[in-house]
Amino acid sequence: MRNTDEHALQAEFDRRVAAEEKIEPTDWMPDDYRKNLIRQMSQHAHSEIIGMQPEGNWITRAPSLRRKAILLAKVQDEGGHGLYLYSATETLGITRSEMIEALQTRKAKYASIFNYPTLTWADIGAVGWLVDGAAIVNQIALQRTSYGPYARAMIRICKEESFHQRQGYELMLEMAKGSPQQKQMAQDALNRFWWPSLMMFGPHDGDSAHSSKSMQWKIKRESNDTLRQRFIDQTVPQIEVLGLEMPDPEIKWNETRGHYDSGEINWDEFYKVINGNGPCNHQRIKHHVKAHQDGEWVREAVRAYRAKQARKKDERAA
Amino acid sequence: MIKTIVMQHIMCCPKALKICKGDDKTMSNKSNNLYRFLVAQGDDAIILSHRLSEWCSNAPYLEEDLALTNVALDYLGRARLFYQYAAELKGGDETEDSIAYTRDERQYTNLLIHELPINDFAYTLLRQYFLDVFYVEYMTGLCQSSDQRIAAIAGKSVKESRYHLKRSQPWITQLAEGTEESRRRILDALTELESFVGELFEMPEWEQQLVTDGIAFDRQLIREKWDHQVQALLSASDINILDSQLKIGGGREGIHTEFLGHLLSEMQYLQRAYPGLKW
Repeated sequence: MRNTDEHALQAEFDRRVAAEEKIEPTDWMPDDYRKNLIRQMSQHAHSEIIGMQPEGNWITRAPSLRRKAILLAKVQDEGGHGLYLYSATETLGITRSEMIEALQTRKAKYASIFNYPTLTWADIGAVGWLVDGAAIVNQIALQRTSYGPYARAMIRICKEESFHQRQGYELMLEMAKGSPQQKQMAQDALNRFWWPSLMMFGPHDGDSAHSSKSMQWKIKRESNDTLRQRFIDQTVPQIEVLGLEMPDPEIKWNETRGHYDSGEINWDEFYKVINGNGPCNHQRIKHHVKAHQDGEWVREAVRAYRAKQARKKDERAA
Repeated sequence: MIKTIVMQHIMCCPKALKICKGDDKTMSNKSNNLYRFLVAQGDDAIILSHRLSEWCSNAPYLEEDLALTNVALDYLGRARLFYQYAAELKGGDETEDSIAYTRDERQYTNLLIHELPINDFAYTLLRQYFLDVFYVEYMTGLCQSSDQRIAAIAGKSVKESRYHLKRSQPWITQLAEGTEESRRRILDALTELESFVGELFEMPEWEQQLVTDGIAFDRQLIREKWDHQVQALLSASDINILDSQLKIGGGREGIHTEFLGHLLSEMQYLQRAYPGLKW
């Protein structure tokens, strides 16, 4: 009997996914679909939160009040995205504290790009322009993802991310057209963030562990390599406008393909950073754990205060 | 290398060597006072904003992380409005950035309470609560300024501060009545902050003159209200303070705690290392 029910539910689920209908929190869904979504969405939320660190690294040192205001607002936006995505993930039956624990015990991942350091002010431009730029390419595709709360979150988040990308590019433009030292900082930032940005799209399609199921469920809508190519194609002309050198000497327009060709990513570095050995992996998690532990007495105080208030209320009622 | 940077800085910004007492011979006495007032208001706001922004990615809840940086952003906006007005008044090459980024400790005239380190959450929130109560009253008074631009900035600020107070006040009660530890932290913060509150109600001569001129608002007029409001909240949690008489001052004369120099060296680093560039 149960089997028959489950088959019917599965068939209905498949039909809805095929018909491009959104799956909502109270709908039946296969366990693996739920798990896959929790993995991807919480990873996305963690990325927003950990990403606050390399950008926050420059808030107190921003070189003008206007830039400081933009950066403060941007980092707040990222924190807001994290909050929004944690809430969307909670609709799948996991709590925020469980997700945070998974992050801190390194069971859950976050975007590997944030394991690279922001060393100069130009890096703040590069993060906005390239990292948010790559994220947008990914997230535009995700606006059509099959899970309703995730798709709606993406629509909202994309709007803010495209503003972030523009401010990052404007910062780079100011520096690329500025003094020789500023131009050098801009070039250096581009060189360092180019490859990690390409890595944000994940392994080649053939090597991607979660891709095929995710595509079938329409959680993921386009392949890693397709999205990566789209990012390269849109970014190369922007580098030309900046007047900076290409970060990859193999970048060349391919008339036949109608796309830019580019060099091969250093996959050893990709796996090294993913597996915890990037320049800042330890720093990022330690920072998150420390902030969390330092705040424990505050959360404890809130719990104690609420309990006292509840007791008082009960006593009054009695 | 450091020497080169310092030399570059001195060559490019000769004004940096002058201890700024605010007197500019090219300006009339009245506009000199006004300029000092605007810069001092901007200094208070930018320094507190800097401190609050240090909480980014460090707060006990994600929601608090966003709230603290949001308040930082409000104060940054406030600082910019005051500095921009000051820069226009002065004319020449002066901009909001030259005011913020090329003055030293002795030229900064913020009241000391704004520059104290963030310490812990109890300390940051208690300072914020004290300032929120103060700014709601002060900015309300400043809305009556005969200077329309100051009145407009005050109008914007009072709305922000009312909102800030809504958030900081319940935190003080929760921490004071939460656990033994949270109460101890609030009491520790109080012991220190109590010494820096009095300066909020003091005015140098030039500010008193501006009060007489109808431009500034008399800080003394809100002391009693501040005392009453703060004491009422704290005594509801069985905490006794508070004496808001002046204990430690000097900010408006550029006599600071040692904390300010470190804050400025961080904040001004790029402008000092690469003087005169646009970012």
